[in-house]
Amino acid sequence: MIELTSDALDPEKVTAKVRRDTNGAVVTFLGTTRDNFEGKRVLSLEYEAFDEMALKKLEEVRQEIMAEFGLEQLAISHRIGTVGIGEISLVIAVGSPHRKEAFYACHKAVDRIKESVPIWKKEVYQDGSRWVACEDHEFSPVDQTAGDQASAETHAH
Amino acid sequence: MELNVRLFALYRERAGRNTISVALGDGATVADLTDEVRRQLPELAPPEVKIVVAVNTDYADYDVVLQPGDDVCLIPPVSGG
Repeated sequence: MIELTSDALDPEKVTAKVRRDTNGAVVTFLGTTRDNFEGKRVLSLEYEAFDEMALKKLEEVRQEIMAEFGLEQLAISHRIGTVGIGEISLVIAVGSPHRKEAFYACHKAVDRIKESVPIWKKEVYQDGSRWVACEDHEFSPVDQTAGDQASAETHAH
Repeated sequence: MELNVRLFALYRERAGRNTISVALGDGATVADLTDEVRRQLPELAPPEVKIVVAVNTDYADYDVVLQPGDDVCLIPPVSGG
């Protein structure tokens, strides 16, 4: 249910993992790569992960969110390596008996991934590059507990 | 003890290498480690930015005591998604 891959992500495949006849809702989120940053044209993105820890933290987020919302199906796939503009870098799929929990759980899962999982992206421009930092980069993961409300994520996809 | 500290992304590029070797006394904490890292590589992070450390693939508080053989990694501000 957790995947880090340098291959193109297939949202249908990730979504299929959380489909159950007992579920009345599936919410799938796609994070896609943007072509601009403050007026500059972004040519591509380079994603890097600390693989062992990223997989562990993704699984922790998954378990935490499923427990909080009483869900049993949550799948996360994150792309690493070079990702072209407009491609999918993240897929989160949540299966739930009812839609409300699925929407909330999916939203919170994105926030938690962006603040706690050791994955980095670099925007490549015509004339250079930049490692992106979450806007709330003062965030210290060790000060957070699972129950905390995730801080507002303004660097939205 | 001598620890090999792994660097990723922004920190790797600023340091110009994947790992750095840090010598610490017995009973040294994560805070001692980041002090030593800043001494060796002042360009790694400005003083107002806290250097986040992972020990054995978990985020570690600054009072955690390091052991020989620990897997220590410096985690620059994350930006997945």
